[in-house]
Amino acid sequence: MEHGSIKDPSRATFSFVDEDHTLANSLRYSLNQDARVSYCGYSIPHPSDARVNIRVQTTGDPAREVLKDACQNLKLMCQHVRTSFDESVADFRNNEPSKMETSDSEN
Amino acid sequence: MVHTGFNIIIKALFLFRAFARQNPDLNPSSVVGFSPFLGALLATIHYCLVAPKFRRESNDSIDQIQEATMSEEESSSNSGSDESMSEDERREAPKNDFSSIWDLPDVPKGQLPPHLTRQKTRVFCKADAPTHTDNVQYSGAYASIGVDNSLQIDFFRKNFRVEVIKLDKDVMEFDMIGIDAAIANAFRRILISEVPTMAIEKVLIANNTSLVQDEVLAHRLGLIPISADPRLFEYLSANDTPNEKNTIVFKLHVHCKRGEPRRSVYSEELQWLPNGSGFAKESERSDAKSSTYTSFNCSQDSVPEFSNNPIRPTDDKIILAKLGPGQEIELEAHAVKGMGKAHAKWSPVGTAWYRMLPEVVLEENVVGEDAEELKRKCPVNVFDIEDMGNGKKRATVARPRACTLCRECIRGEKWEKRVSLLRVKDHFIFTIESTGQLPPEVLFTEAVKILEDKCQRVIDELS
Ligand code: SF4
Repeated sequence: MEHGSIKDPSRATFSFVDEDHTLANSLRYSLNQDARVSYCGYSIPHPSDARVNIRVQTTGDPAREVLKDACQNLKLMCQHVRTSFDESVADFRNNEPSKMETSDSEN
Repeated sequence: MVHTGFNIIIKALFLFRAFARQNPDLNPSSVVGFSPFLGALLATIHYCLVAPKFRRESNDSIDQIQEATMSEEESSSNSGSDESMSEDERREAPKNDFSSIWDLPDVPKGQLPPHLTRQKTRVFCKADAPTHTDNVQYSGAYASIGVDNSLQIDFFRKNFRVEVIKLDKDVMEFDMIGIDAAIANAFRRILISEVPTMAIEKVLIANNTSLVQDEVLAHRLGLIPISADPRLFEYLSANDTPNEKNTIVFKLHVHCKRGEPRRSVYSEELQWLPNGSGFAKESERSDAKSSTYTSFNCSQDSVPEFSNNPIRPTDDKIILAKLGPGQEIELEAHAVKGMGKAHAKWSPVGTAWYRMLPEVVLEENVVGEDAEELKRKCPVNVFDIEDMGNGKKRATVARPRACTLCRECIRGEKWEKRVSLLRVKDHFIFTIESTGQLPPEVLFTEAVKILEDKCQRVIDELS
């Protein structure tokens, strides 16, 4: 990962090695949701290079911090997805035997 | 800067006046005469030495508050400017005899008008092509009408839902509601190509007189899913020696005797060698101690996870080759940990996919013969007929989830107007087909964890 910014910290390009659309597109989403971001986008310069460039331009805050916050937000979302998923699976497991019983008794 | 300096001078003057009043015996003229100079001096000192630091700190804290309330402020400031605009226009209103567009009764404040909400949350499947397929991600996309489009994490937490529809050993179907396609797609991509599993990578063939060529046989072996929890293993990198932590060894020795009919070789005949390779490595020096192709320090079946759950292929009846009389295969297969993006054999899923929830809306009442026709049109029986009493019939949408979007029901001009085929953009019907190494619900949690790790890596890198 590199940090390609010139004097102005509010605009920068971040280059991530060994990442692809998976992370870049989710980060783009997360960045776009931040009101401090005036522009963001990503590109994969060459398909056989495992590298992705993420461009972040902000309304004034350092791009690096904004990107960090976007990652943090994305991480929090993931954690929430994981907990609610686990809960739903547990719920489903708890309800399943009862469902099967009722269908058995009906037959 | 000048402004702040002046403020301080004036403050200093006031202070001195108060001081003079409290001490009437002090010569007022001297105080008054001195104070401007003294005040200015004090102010300069204060401004140069003390103030800058204080100022920076206070600015910082203000920035933080602004950050925290940015979205609220933005929306409120927007609506504020809108209001001021509308006030201007209202003043002109008597002249033009129409007031601001913002005063019209059907313009909701702080939320999108219904048609925009619909375009934002639904894909419209028209007869020729779908429209409004994009997701509006930019937080300020609707700023001009005073609507904040950013997603607050609390709001996400409140609205996100998972509903399990089906869950068994290999397949799982669940609804994921209230999440953007970017993230749902990230989970899908990770499931297919970044959740690690164990698969046969190296095959040492001692003898193969079957019709299947060595390389084809090796490829077939590689694709066999192996029921071993990949989380208990490490990656084998180029310079590592294969050991009990990164390699699983299987042996296959099958023979078709002369005079016997042809036989098939099944995956169940792969035999797990918990102690590692049994093939001796040939070394240049004949006196060297004979070593094998792996160097296991202990037997893998001493690991509690494997001692009563031996490692084997997940399915017993996968045909590997067929042997004619007199043919023989003798080989050893080494399985290592890997990811689907290197080779599909490491992919833990047959596939993982999602579709957006279909929504079928009847824009007008469809009754009588038309209702019958509509019901007949749909091959998956999405529509039902409702009896409205005295022989009248009306079509209803009974099973929108079953809709395959074949567009049969919107064929013909009149039908296109009557039926809307929509897809809910933030409702994903997610299906995971595991190949059997890990149960599908575990695969999904692993995938989410991988995305979290990626985020954490970026955070660490930037800190
Ligand atoms: S699109 Fe096809 S499947 Fe869906 S409701 Fe219309 S006819 Fe039925």
